Amino acid sequence: METAPKINNTAQQASTPPHVAKEKVKMTENQIDYPDKTVGLPLVDDAKMSMRDVCVYYADKQAIYDVNLDVGKNEVIALIGPSGCGKSTFLRSLNRMNDTIDICRVQGSLKLEGEDIYDPKLDVVELRARVGMVFQKPNPFPKSIYDNVAYGPRLHGLANKRYDLDEIVETSLRKAGLWNEVKDRLHQPGTGLSGGQQQRLCIARTIAVSPEVVLMDEPCSALDPIATAKIEELIDELSSQYTIAIVTHSMQQAARVSHRTAYFHLGRLIEVNDTRKVFTSPDHQLTEAYITGRFG
Amino acid sequence: MSKTTETVRKTLRKRYRAERRFRAYGIASIAVGILAVVVLFTDIISKGLPAFTEAYIQVEVVYDADTLGVAVPASEEELMSANYRGVVRQSLYALFPEVDGRREKRALGDLVSSGAEYWMRDRLIENPSLINKSETVWLLADDTVDLFIKADDEQREGSRLNDRQREWVQTLEDDDRVEMRFNASLFTHGDSREPEQAGLWGAVAGSFFTMLVTLGLSFPIGVAAAVYLEEFAPKNRLTDFIEVNINNLAAVPSIIFGLLGLAIFIGLFGLPRSVPLVGGMVLTLMTLPTIIISARAAIKAVPPSIREAALGLGASRMQMVTHHVLPLAMPGMLTGAIIGMAQALGETAPLLMIGMVAFIVDIPGGPVSPATVLPVQIYLWADSPESSFVALTSAAIMVLLGFLIMMNTIAVVLRKRLERRW
Ligand SMILES: Nc1ncnc2c1ncn2[C@@H]1O[C@H](COP(=O)(O)OP(=O)(O)OP(=O)(O)O)[C@@H](O)[C@H]1O
Ligand SMILES: [Mg+2]
Repeated sequence: METAPKINNTAQQASTPPHVAKEKVKMTENQIDYPDKTVGLPLVDDAKMSMRDVCVYYADKQAIYDVNLDVGKNEVIALIGPSGCGKSTFLRSLNRMNDTIDICRVQGSLKLEGEDIYDPKLDVVELRARVGMVFQKPNPFPKSIYDNVAYGPRLHGLANKRYDLDEIVETSLRKAGLWNEVKDRLHQPGTGLSGGQQQRLCIARTIAVSPEVVLMDEPCSALDPIATAKIEELIDELSSQYTIAIVTHSMQQAARVSHRTAYFHLGRLIEVNDTRKVFTSPDHQLTEAYITGRFG
Repeated sequence: MSKTTETVRKTLRKRYRAERRFRAYGIASIAVGILAVVVLFTDIISKGLPAFTEAYIQVEVVYDADTLGVAVPASEEELMSANYRGVVRQSLYALFPEVDGRREKRALGDLVSSGAEYWMRDRLIENPSLINKSETVWLLADDTVDLFIKADDEQREGSRLNDRQREWVQTLEDDDRVEMRFNASLFTHGDSREPEQAGLWGAVAGSFFTMLVTLGLSFPIGVAAAVYLEEFAPKNRLTDFIEVNINNLAAVPSIIFGLLGLAIFIGLFGLPRSVPLVGGMVLTLMTLPTIIISARAAIKAVPPSIREAALGLGASRMQMVTHHVLPLAMPGMLTGAIIGMAQALGETAPLLMIGMVAFIVDIPGGPVSPATVLPVQIYLWADSPESSFVALTSAAIMVLLGFLIMMNTIAVVLRKRLERRW
């Protein structure tokens, strides 16, 4: 990226809020006692998850710089930004999937309903049951459709009887909009489904453990427009029960499904605002440049 | 025609020629390989096939109580030690009444194997009512007779039978009193000094118990080591060092493992010599690297997305491994284990070191009874002076090759059957 240093400069320059944003930043300043460099509305009143001064490093290389962000209850927040800006890294630090990478270090405070996610006393198994994740590439287990969905509930002992389990599987598949397509072949391998069906299966698998937050990392990037539309519809429905953070490269998708949109740039959170505002009159020139397709 | 096309055309000819030449090299090397296998197999099979049959001689025996030296009815104890040799000889004398004199009678008696006596003992113990009756039976011929019958005219010149014996055999053949039968004892008996009674079963059982111990030790240890190294161990100098050493171990000459086993398992721990348990432990040392390396490769081949999916749902690392990684890696691991076992099955040198080269007649009943194994049996027979052992050696090689082919086929089939696509 040849232009990187230049953009970086502008970003830092811009972190002192431009005129438009001044008022809004002030508004949030009485909630926290340190200045927030992100433009817009990164913080909300009833936060499900709140992240403060989050820095993430891969070995010596810093991937995320001082991110402050709240995710509200039953909110769909979209994370957008150019490739390599740290969206996945940030998302993965929300359910400690980064723990699986040896060289990855996370600093700062990340809280789920006031509880510190990185507290050594907190069991990561419990955390991941509460904060589920859907990955970019559909990754069903090479087992039957039923077993795929039942895996989580079995793991956490959510269903004691076969009957309960059947019910969880059915409701999850229904919520994921897959039930009608697979109800006659629940015991066939999940890997035999189409890409879009597989992704919905993965969503069903994630919501089968009734998480509070669902993280989605580019869930539609491998899908055709029809499958994408189905999943977007699904996200819309799920938002009534779950809090959702979704990484996407598609502006239209972000505009369609999310309530708020966060724009990342080279590891920094530049702007967070209502989705409509981000896509009509963004506060920051970098955001504007990105959504108008000048880079990224 | 542009200049590029012209140049391309010119080089194209050359390229095709090079490709053809390369393909020819490939075909030639495969042909050499196949030729070697064909030569090896034809040699072994042509030598070994005769060992699968053996000659029997038809006689009328009279289970005469006086000759046997038993009372009527005979107790089992009496029958165990009765004079069967006398009965066998009597039946031969009856065929050639003209034979006279100690030496001649003895030479005639030598036509039948001592194995015939054991057969007769078993028969009478089972049917004591046969005493003082007569019946027509087929008795196992001595191996010299067997060789003579199988040989062509030219080879018969070199037979160890004397002239009188050759005449008798000729007469028996002319009277249709000689028959070739399937050599069942090859698959039911242990080793013997008498080629016609020598069998492979002792060695097969020994190999079986040795392999059982090897598999039972090396598979769990190897898989556990591979899982730990791949999934849990931190990547640092120490694990690198361990990895280098495991790979090194795979290249250590096997006889060294034998010496190690002799010094440690037998010398230090005082385990008995010549037993499959120690053999299996030594071969475990030898197969471990193979199993660890192939198991690690199988674990590495499990896609990371599956691990992420499991972890993302809240599985612990251990659950991720046992629920997903191990089942998916199992075909690869089993293939590696079977290939390791096939190697171990053909291994001789380290077993010589720990005394599994002893002459053992009894069929081993378990991993701690003295035994020998198939490749060592081959070595022992190849070393025996009697010419009948030549065929037996080749037959044993055929059996060993049969086992190896079977194991490798299972490995291939397993891989094909259990292989999953994701
Ligand atoms: N496992 C890793 N080890 C080292 N560096 C990493 C690792 N994963 C990501 N990075 C680095 O961290 C930075 C952010 O990566 P990340 O995957 O979060 O980007 P992203 O915004 O999700 O990009 P994309 O839109 O292409 O998915 C990149 O510079 C990347 O090179
Ligand atoms: Mg990403």
